Amino acid sequence: MKTINHIKKALMILSLLPSLTLAAGGVHLDKAPVDAADHGSLQRGARTFVNYCLNCHSANYMRYNRLLDIGLTEKQIKENLLLAGDKIGETMKVAINKKDAAKWLGAAPPDLSVEVRARGADWVYTYMRGFYRDSTRPSGWNNAVFDKVGMPHVLYELQGEQVLNHDTHELKLTKPGRLSIEEYDTLVGDLTNFMAYMAEPVKQQRNQLGWFVLLFLGVLLVLTYKLKKAYWKDIH
Amino acid sequence: MNYFTKLIGWVDERFPLTSNVKAHLTEYYAPKNFNFWYFFGSLALLVLVLQIITGIFLTMHYKPEAGLAFASVEYIMRDVPWGWLIRYMHSTGASLFFVVIYLHMFRGLLYGSYRNPRELIWLFGVGIFLALMGEAFFGYLLPWGQMSYWGAQVITSLFGTVPFIGPDIAEWLRGDYLTSDATLNRFFAFHVIALPLVILGLVAAHILALHEVGSNNPDGVEIKKLKDKKTGIPLDGIPFHPYYSVKDLVGVVVFLIVFAAIIFFAPDMGGYFLEANNFVPADPLVTPAHIAPTWYFTPYYSILRAVPPIGISQFPGVAAMGLSVVVFALLPWLDRSPVKSIRYKGNLYKAWLAAFVVSFLILGYLGTIPANTYGQFGAWLGKADIATVVARIFSVVYFAFFFLMPWYSKKDKTKPVPERVTG
Repeated sequence: MKTINHIKKALMILSLLPSLTLAAGGVHLDKAPVDAADHGSLQRGARTFVNYCLNCHSANYMRYNRLLDIGLTEKQIKENLLLAGDKIGETMKVAINKKDAAKWLGAAPPDLSVEVRARGADWVYTYMRGFYRDSTRPSGWNNAVFDKVGMPHVLYELQGEQVLNHDTHELKLTKPGRLSIEEYDTLVGDLTNFMAYMAEPVKQQRNQLGWFVLLFLGVLLVLTYKLKKAYWKDIH
Repeated sequence: MNYFTKLIGWVDERFPLTSNVKAHLTEYYAPKNFNFWYFFGSLALLVLVLQIITGIFLTMHYKPEAGLAFASVEYIMRDVPWGWLIRYMHSTGASLFFVVIYLHMFRGLLYGSYRNPRELIWLFGVGIFLALMGEAFFGYLLPWGQMSYWGAQVITSLFGTVPFIGPDIAEWLRGDYLTSDATLNRFFAFHVIALPLVILGLVAAHILALHEVGSNNPDGVEIKKLKDKKTGIPLDGIPFHPYYSVKDLVGVVVFLIVFAAIIFFAPDMGGYFLEANNFVPADPLVTPAHIAPTWYFTPYYSILRAVPPIGISQFPGVAAMGLSVVVFALLPWLDRSPVKSIRYKGNLYKAWLAAFVVSFLILGYLGTIPANTYGQFGAWLGKADIATVVARIFSVVYFAFFFLMPWYSKKDKTKPVPERVTG
């Protein structure tokens, strides 16, 4: 029931935001700029993920050396991303104790390995841009996509502070951060792109291989069809 | 060549090899007029073999333990070489198994393949269908995601609605008060050994019974009635091998193209084959807002939800759902038409079959959405959910197709059936 109420409230808020519209049965989310071929974007996203998310959220199924796939070298990974003295073949674990985290934040931060497959890239992209100041919340932050969220706005230094105008129900940037609105959207876009990659690292390889398999089967179809025709020519 | 013939001879003296190859392949005479609908039997066999092979490889890496199951599936997807391909083949294969089986069953409805003398083939087939539903249900718990967990919790709870002994049955099935590690372990056992054995046994019986009486065909004509006087071969029959083996090969390749397109480009199939919520690990303390079974169960799930409870007992809905599945077994005795094939049946039967197909599809769709999706009727209808009322109407049509069949199939105006198949 609680979850339903959360969703209902999120729907109510979102339906009134000018850039976001309400569709039957769901929330219209901003389209995330996901492109698994854009290695630059994936690398920037990995940096943001390791620097900001990987303090509380783990990615227990993602190995650091998998990042070789997105064009990073072993040296780059070791020097820039392996911050807690992990080995390169290890997965992205965090030291935070789940019980402590639940006590501090209201809920333990979920593992983010497959978050994009569970929520969708558009949800993550909109969510990370939907934080606003709310003094009624223990953390001082609330979110337009996820009402009463336990997570504080970790990127507030970069984005600045938004407030929700309760008359017009618009999110408005009141205190600019270090980045402009466009720069912040790009940063979150890269982060979402990386999280989409991390949710299924094999996706690009899967799509490429698919064309060869279909080509092979297409040839096989012609051959088997001719074989059938040859055998059946005397059946009337 | 000489050595080969000698070897075969050596085997034949000790094992009925050549005689079986003849009986089931080279001298099994099938009607020459099989059409599109006759591909799905051999395709079902293909999918069964694929599921067994991919399943064996998944079992090598999967951990049937509540604390490790979810992680072991992600391990297969990331760290096992080609693990992702094996897993997607298995998950896509599960859904396509039902696509193929439903089309295979629909072929039976079209051409009266369940009629005398093929009642046992049909009954074995219904047995395979039931076992397959069990196989899919037990397998769906194994990834140990939220949808796995709560799906299993809901379905095992259905047994809890049986009067008096229900709660004990539900607990006995789960091996615990709620779905837990004990449940996962036993479902794993059912999925990887118990039900596959049942399915393989029933498939063997299904094919043996078919080869005993011979295949039906789109005309519903018995080809064994007219045989060549010299050879004793049915006039309209052709050997299964090589004619249908090469023809089925074309069907296999077309199937593999669809199969590969899904595996490589849309393994989730928009959430119908792999549900988004199943990428969240199972959590007994967080109930998802919307629990729906996988698409192949949704017509029956719709019927379950559509039937109103008696008092506080949900048992009527559960009973109706069970009936909606096993009712297929009664078809050979419900159909009183003098002809088998839809080609010679009248408009009355055609209209009922169309109504059944429409009901099945609409119920299937309604089973995937929350009951309040389309809002409520006004006070004049007790503010009932629109989707529920629609599901009730089509549930009635679904059952009417079966239970009114003795009446309308007899009354139907049929056309004369030809002596020979018409191609």
